[in-house]
Amino acid sequence: MFGDYSIGDLGSIFVMQGFAGLILFSVYVLMALGLAIIFGQMGVINMAHGEFMILGAYVTWMTSNLFQTYLPSLFGGYFFLAMILAFVASGALGMLVEWALIRHLYKRPLDTLLATWGLSLMLQQAYRSVFGAREVGVELPQWMLGSLHVTDSIEVPINGVFVMCLTVLITIGVAYVMFKSRWGRQVRAVVQNRIMAGAVGINTEKVDRYTFGLGCGIAGVAGSAFTMIGSTGPTSGQLYIVDTFLVVVFGGAASLLGTIASAFSISQTQSTLEFFMSGSMAKVLTLLAVVGILMLRPQGLFALKVRK
Amino acid sequence: MSSNKSGVLMSDEASKGLISPLRRKLLMGMAALPAITMLPRPSLADVPATSVVNTTGLAVTDTGVTVGILHSATGTMAISETGSIEAEKLAIEQINAAGGVLGRKIKFIQEDGASDWPTFAEKAKKLLVNDKVAAIMGCWTSASRKAVLPVVEQYNGMLYYPTFYEGLEQSKNVIYTGQEATQQILAGLNWIAKEKGAKTFFFIGSDYIWPRTSNKIGRKHVENVLKGKVVGEEYYALGSTQFNSVINKIKLTKPDVIFTDVVGGSNVAFYKQLKAAGIDLAKQPLLTISVTEDEIDGIGGENIAGAYACMKYFQSLDNPNNKAFVPAFKKMWGEKTVIGDVTQAAYLGPWLWKLTVEKAGSFDVDKIAAASPGVEFKGAPEGYVRIHENHHLWSKTRVGRAKLDGQFELIYETADLVEPDPFPKGYQ
Repeated sequence: MFGDYSIGDLGSIFVMQGFAGLILFSVYVLMALGLAIIFGQMGVINMAHGEFMILGAYVTWMTSNLFQTYLPSLFGGYFFLAMILAFVASGALGMLVEWALIRHLYKRPLDTLLATWGLSLMLQQAYRSVFGAREVGVELPQWMLGSLHVTDSIEVPINGVFVMCLTVLITIGVAYVMFKSRWGRQVRAVVQNRIMAGAVGINTEKVDRYTFGLGCGIAGVAGSAFTMIGSTGPTSGQLYIVDTFLVVVFGGAASLLGTIASAFSISQTQSTLEFFMSGSMAKVLTLLAVVGILMLRPQGLFALKVRK
Repeated sequence: MSSNKSGVLMSDEASKGLISPLRRKLLMGMAALPAITMLPRPSLADVPATSVVNTTGLAVTDTGVTVGILHSATGTMAISETGSIEAEKLAIEQINAAGGVLGRKIKFIQEDGASDWPTFAEKAKKLLVNDKVAAIMGCWTSASRKAVLPVVEQYNGMLYYPTFYEGLEQSKNVIYTGQEATQQILAGLNWIAKEKGAKTFFFIGSDYIWPRTSNKIGRKHVENVLKGKVVGEEYYALGSTQFNSVINKIKLTKPDVIFTDVVGGSNVAFYKQLKAAGIDLAKQPLLTISVTEDEIDGIGGENIAGAYACMKYFQSLDNPNNKAFVPAFKKMWGEKTVIGDVTQAAYLGPWLWKLTVEKAGSFDVDKIAAASPGVEFKGAPEGYVRIHENHHLWSKTRVGRAKLDGQFELIYETADLVEPDPFPKGYQ
């Protein structure tokens, strides 16, 4: 298939394909981080993860409308405020859901699957009633559109670079909170032994609530960022949920490092295969590979040794 | 066809059993009829008796007739089907304001298919068997139509289906008010080949029956008729949101034309990433058969401006019918709503049914099916349409160019109506 093309053409295409893989990697990490925290640290299967993401996207849409109407001069920077608001909104909703629903189900992990699935349906219908059944178009500031012109044939999409930077920042942030802060130590203590953690004076209920809120908040930021590359509609969250679970489960449920490694391997496999064959075939082969590896290693790529 | 026939026979037997008590009631009603005619109600004089226009026990009274609206108001497809529901309700309201059908006002029962194909079949059965609706305006995806088709054939209903679709289907019980694939694609490809001197094409679509069939027809046309070359044909699973790899392939193969039929949420992702990858649609011709004004709402005008779409209707069409239709639609459903190709086709459904009923002088489904060919609607927002013997519509093919404000600018339209050809020879 490469006979007809010059070396220069091929070189730049491979560079761009490399970028495409890195962008896909960042997207996967960003959407899976929130779920990895909730699923990995708390063992809750949150089927409504996509809907928390879309809440972030709708918050971004509303913020952009507000800026257009009231502060058009500051429109170029609205996205940063929108991401913070998305984090707050999704995080707050997450904590509310944890308080009203999830905390009653900690001893019945499979029921959380059903309950959060129901929650996702309710949220979808709520979005439909509030924002309308049609998709909304989120308008981006001019500087976020288009691409960086590197050479004549190499162009790097700005939104991709933006997502990459955001992913790096958030990953570092989460790693710091989880592994360096006092609160992170409490979370890990609760994961390892809930009763003991309670006995030494950690308020486990509070830790649970904030962990869930943090996971949902990050989902909100991801949703906000994805308005640059995807659609915003009542059911758009469903587009991400399968890939998200795939990344988290493949990585090993309780390990953040595993999530990153799994996002990297899945995204690179997929984007390489996509280049050499058609999109749906690439997806099939990627899924086959994941299924095969999970059969050999059911605990995922990385697994923490936790005393049950 | 044979299954179709046996289906109709079964329905006759089934309906006889169901109808007898109703018929008895009707006879009782007719006994009272002389008394009614003595009352001073002159308008009734022009109205043909119910027993004459309704011999199969449909939900027709002296003053009203009931039809069904069957679309997804919830679920994934609600995004697309909302426009169709709105258009059908507008048409029904307008028909009623103009005196109804055979002197009877149209009432409608709306059912929700909930984006789930078995639900569509079940609700269609409910509308036909329990509610005895005279016609159903409904379905959007081919999958929902395929689920409903055996039901309308078995219980002998009449379905008005609005979406442009892949063709390869024809039924006595369905009127297809959208374009089948050849009507939508061929004229557009001819135009772009001639206008842009295009020789190489890159096809990209979502992975299901409509894009695959459409691209197959497109590929045959490019290779056999236009003597061009298809340099790529790619499919992505429904709901895919990552297109960077295929965009790189497009950059590598440098096609004269990108031909797309990507649908749903993927559509938005595709155009946003195309723009981000530095492909300028002002310079790179792109022809789509899956983006209407409805979709641009979600994609954003700035991401798709410059692309060509091949449709039969654009909201910006400049003709007297459309100039009355667009304000009426906006008055009923809000200033901000946009009207896409399928929405317009859905609007044709109730009108074509009304005209056919009046031509047949009856609500009976068999008579409507037989009277449909040749029915013409001069008030269509797209201009003028006529029903073909194969129950599809004669209509024009148009190419529009997307503008920043989300509207299309009409670039080209066929001189004559294009004949519908659901089973195209040489394209299968």
